[in-house]
Amino acid sequence: MNIKKTALYELHRKHNAKFVEFAGYSMPIQYSEGIVKEHNITRNKSGIFDVSHMGQLFIKYSNDITDKLQEILPTDLKNLKINQSKYSFLMKENGGIYDDLIITRMKDKYMIILNAACKQNDLQIIKNKLNDQNLDMNNNLSLVAIQGPESKTILENVVSNVSKLKFMNGENFSFKNNEIFITRSGYTGEDGFEISLPNKVAISFVEELISKGSTLIGLGARDTLRLEAGLCLYGHDINENTSPVEANLKWAISKNRINDNFIGSHQIKKQIKEGVSKLRVGIKPETRVIARESTKIFDEKDNEIGKVTSGTFGPSVNASIAMGYISNSHSKKDTKVYLEVRGKKVPANVCDLPFYKKSYVKGEANV
Amino acid sequence: MSNTKFSKEHEWITLDGEVGTIGITKHATEMLGDIVFAELPEKGSNVEKDGTAGVVESTKAASDVYTPVSGEVVEINQSIVDDPSKINADPEGGAWFFKLKLKDKSELDTLMNKEEYDKFAKESSS
Repeated sequence: MNIKKTALYELHRKHNAKFVEFAGYSMPIQYSEGIVKEHNITRNKSGIFDVSHMGQLFIKYSNDITDKLQEILPTDLKNLKINQSKYSFLMKENGGIYDDLIITRMKDKYMIILNAACKQNDLQIIKNKLNDQNLDMNNNLSLVAIQGPESKTILENVVSNVSKLKFMNGENFSFKNNEIFITRSGYTGEDGFEISLPNKVAISFVEELISKGSTLIGLGARDTLRLEAGLCLYGHDINENTSPVEANLKWAISKNRINDNFIGSHQIKKQIKEGVSKLRVGIKPETRVIARESTKIFDEKDNEIGKVTSGTFGPSVNASIAMGYISNSHSKKDTKVYLEVRGKKVPANVCDLPFYKKSYVKGEANV
Repeated sequence: MSNTKFSKEHEWITLDGEVGTIGITKHATEMLGDIVFAELPEKGSNVEKDGTAGVVESTKAASDVYTPVSGEVVEINQSIVDDPSKINADPEGGAWFFKLKLKDKSELDTLMNKEEYDKFAKESSS
């Protein structure tokens, strides 16, 4: 297979990135600073993430398109304001998640940001639903995130007036006479922005952010940051066998659409009414032992009650942290559980998410 | 480090009388990245050459630590368990892992000297 590169590849190389293959792309896992330092730079100052491997799909706006999208997304798009973004999913009939995504209502179109590994499948689902086989992702655009407490000031130095944006809202701006679209969002638990911009100016844009004091951060730190923030990684914490209700992401289903029809709605309604047998929770081991993905979870009587879906060491909370699915009867906060790591049972406790308190700029309480 | 020997699993051992001090090499720490967890063998336990004698975990993955020779564990370095980042900072010095009373000194002959190890490390990482 031909490994793809983003428009920022040469810049990553210049900054001594170590590359890994991720969803068919050669992406930086870390730079010379290393994962823990990069994590802390993002939490304390500002970090730049190349997320250009994610799909950027634009669909021309119309009332008819809104109706059709509402048949495959559980989000209230009719009341989505211009420039507002929502977290949503593409689901199977049985409620399993094909992908999680961010949809933004722009003036004359919708922008949908899709996970790299899922984007081709997502595109096919959307094409079929909209009966538009010409629909395609925009491959001329890069996607860059800048995250962390100093990001607002740094980005403001490059793009004036960007700090007026509210969380989960976006707007058009310009950079070197090119139109760019910026939303206030991210996936690290920090205040930040995501910038969609033409490939041809991607390197010069990121170089300007670096010159104003931000730092390139790899996928390694992105993973520890998002896990501390309690955010799901598709293919691990959510997949085709987990529903939004089981994943504890019920909040992302618009309240006025719960009784509506969309793919998966029957199952969602049933699960909300009758409850679910497993639930995604936070898990904190009592020692520094790391419980990686697939670690088995046991109750005090040695019954297997679940599995870890993500686990790492959280540099900002200075502790081992994990997320996983656990039987509903054991999902209450402070329930004592045991994680089987290398043949030994490590005591742990069910806990609230996130592990690390967010500092998003407010705009609305729920994403 | 002239009397230090190295294994293909990237451990080092320095002999002082009957007792060998064992740790992981700088090259190993560079490959692993930031180490956030360390587990050591129990004091008093017996370990066999090339057998598992501990674990280190970086933010990325877990790796076994092997013992380059057989013997009885006479001392462990609790300070690297309490603060695993010490392993990245001083892998071939203060961040040793454990000390062994050697069972058979001739096992040392199977290991590499510094020059041989440096060459091996360079080749295995390229």
